Amino acid sequence: MIDVLIIGSGGAGLTAGLSAKEQDLEVLIVGKNHATSSQTTMAQGGINSALGNITPDSIELHIKDTMKSAHGLCDINMIKRVCQNGPDTIEWLDRLGVPFNRTKDNKIAQRGLGGASSKRACYAQDYTGLKILHTLYDSCLRENIQIEDDYFLLNLIVEDKIVKGATFFNIKTGEVEQILAKKIVIATGGYGAIYKNYTTNATNSTGDGIASVLRAGGKVSDMEFIQFHPTALKHSSILISESARGEGGYLVNSKGERFIDELLPRDVVARAIYNQIHTLHQDVFLDLRHLGREKLLKLMPQEVHLSKIHEGIDPADELIPIKPVAHYTMGGIDVNSNLEVNGLKNCYAIGECSNAKIHGANRLGGNSLLEIISLGRFVAKELSKDLRDYSVSDIHLKRDTEYIESIFNRDSFSKNFYQLEANLGEKFYKYAGIKRENSQLNLLLDKIEDMKLSINDIGIVDKSREHNSNLIDFLQFLNLLDIGEIIVKSAIKRDESRGAHYKIGYPKEDSRYLGNFLFWRENGEIKSQFRGVK
Amino acid sequence: MEIFIKEKRYRVPFKSVTLLKALYHIKSYQDQSLTFESNCRSGVCGACAVRINGREALACSTKIKSGDKIEPLKYHKVLKDLKVERVEKDRLKNSTAWLKEYREVEVTPKDVELTERQSDCILCSSCYSACPVLEVNPNFIGPFALTKAYRYILDTRENSIKSTIDNIQSNGIWDCTLCGECSAVCPQNIDPKMDILKLRGEASKFGYLDPNFMNLSFNSYNI
Repeated sequence: MIDVLIIGSGGAGLTAGLSAKEQDLEVLIVGKNHATSSQTTMAQGGINSALGNITPDSIELHIKDTMKSAHGLCDINMIKRVCQNGPDTIEWLDRLGVPFNRTKDNKIAQRGLGGASSKRACYAQDYTGLKILHTLYDSCLRENIQIEDDYFLLNLIVEDKIVKGATFFNIKTGEVEQILAKKIVIATGGYGAIYKNYTTNATNSTGDGIASVLRAGGKVSDMEFIQFHPTALKHSSILISESARGEGGYLVNSKGERFIDELLPRDVVARAIYNQIHTLHQDVFLDLRHLGREKLLKLMPQEVHLSKIHEGIDPADELIPIKPVAHYTMGGIDVNSNLEVNGLKNCYAIGECSNAKIHGANRLGGNSLLEIISLGRFVAKELSKDLRDYSVSDIHLKRDTEYIESIFNRDSFSKNFYQLEANLGEKFYKYAGIKRENSQLNLLLDKIEDMKLSINDIGIVDKSREHNSNLIDFLQFLNLLDIGEIIVKSAIKRDESRGAHYKIGYPKEDSRYLGNFLFWRENGEIKSQFRGVK
Repeated sequence: MEIFIKEKRYRVPFKSVTLLKALYHIKSYQDQSLTFESNCRSGVCGACAVRINGREALACSTKIKSGDKIEPLKYHKVLKDLKVERVEKDRLKNSTAWLKEYREVEVTPKDVELTERQSDCILCSSCYSACPVLEVNPNFIGPFALTKAYRYILDTRENSIKSTIDNIQSNGIWDCTLCGECSAVCPQNIDPKMDILKLRGEASKFGYLDPNFMNLSFNSYNI
């Protein structure tokens, strides 16, 4: 039995792996994709730390800003831990070789992001996530940490509430395997892909770890809180960075009128755009023309390129058609202050899949990279405690092998799950999106329940064993169905508007809802509970 | 329009579309067994590099036209359709492209600029597929792993340059023909050819000489 199994090879997983190795633990990192193709690469803006290198700043201010943005749904001690750890986190990354930009006096450069009262985000051009992730990867290679691609998580192996490993579908061989470990870390990322075609997220952000925790009887929380980014390209949902507005870009409607202060918080701007599109039937555009070609090419060459490729327009001469789409999932696996999964032992969750109660109802830009690194390092200390071998029944491997066989053997199905997935994405955007209403949420819930009832009517066409991406897509879709049901149930329960969750008919925060809705499965039924914030 | 994926013909109902979108469409509605890799859709995750009409490109960032021929990357073992066995882990281990010994030093904006382009690499392996040296020497470390090695050699925080230089001698910097194909196909506009040239300069500071040149002089002398 190895010491530590880390599931997920993005920024959180690699950090935990490196830090566990620093503690002399034997580590195995597995992921369904290549480590360097994870969602972390897409983080552009920066990683927050109150260094005060550009403008005066303090840990207290960082804590205050984060709490304000969380709208009360946070654990103050967790926020303190992460913010206080900011400077140390940056130093750790610097020592690994992350090429952070520098100021004229050779300090790490920092930029302002929305909701921050100081220029707090350390950055590496517009590639902060990419450069952090690649440096972590290089460091893992240096430390000879075993990283295996093509392992798709099926189920956690749980006996007496103790997690002893997990089963995987090995995409290379087409076999179901189990990996046993003394401690398990889930770092599998968020669930933005449920908004298929309406999210900036990578297509593989399908919440596999969260779904596995639900199946294992662990708890999830705050699943209704999903951040929408105001400016994604209209036809592809590719992100146009906030820096476009930061540099002076306007938002205009079909009449050419500006309708909102572009630099207000993301949820406010997203709702204003939503109103233009859905209530006033306007198209909305990002107007960068007045910035001039030269400035655009210098400051945001990526955005210019993406607009040309995906919208066929040149932002120096034309308006960029945009819409707000899902961008970050605040909710996830409910963890305690040691990051251990609520309801399970020996199992930890870090990164976007985890709800460590830092972002609450709305995440601040630059705080997610800080979270994955600081808590990835923190969790390693927990991993070294009380390590012991366990005996494990072979029933788990047998059960999951049979399950996968049953999918391969399923022939008489009439529906195309890809079509259902696209349909679900559109429905989620419409009914569980920027503005929600109970009647529509209930309709969506019916739709999901219908899909779940007719699960035997979908299946895979490709029956090959090795490198069967059809099967992986199918398993991901099933995970999204489980997660989607919880998102909608949680959204229905919250009759108020708070941060990213806005409900028609309940436009204000209501102190009765100052807390988290927890969900879990018990004897095949979904249970829920409201837990007030202490 | 119609496109050919490994010589199999597919029709897609688009006039103007990225290759990745066409691939998703084919997989969802025509051929669920079609296998390819992708994730971010926006050119940073490095998963979707393929060859279009013989030229390496990211599927997510390249528009296709009718008649285009799509193939997997070269010099990689093809696992299924467009999915190939990744080589980056082994190659980066060959070139030992990481910070070996950190030293406390003031880093200037100019220092960061030195490695800015090299550290933009997304490990898509396009350069590797375009490199003709791999045709004759499958053990060649290849362009991206050398560019990454150079990125750490240039890093002023690195206190142990020599070991990296040592590790890129065999099947490394001297095996490159400087044809520039790698630089031509890089979606991030990195210039591995130039990096390899500069690595040769760095290596010479540690007493290494071009083995090809040495062979050449030796032969000339004999004649």
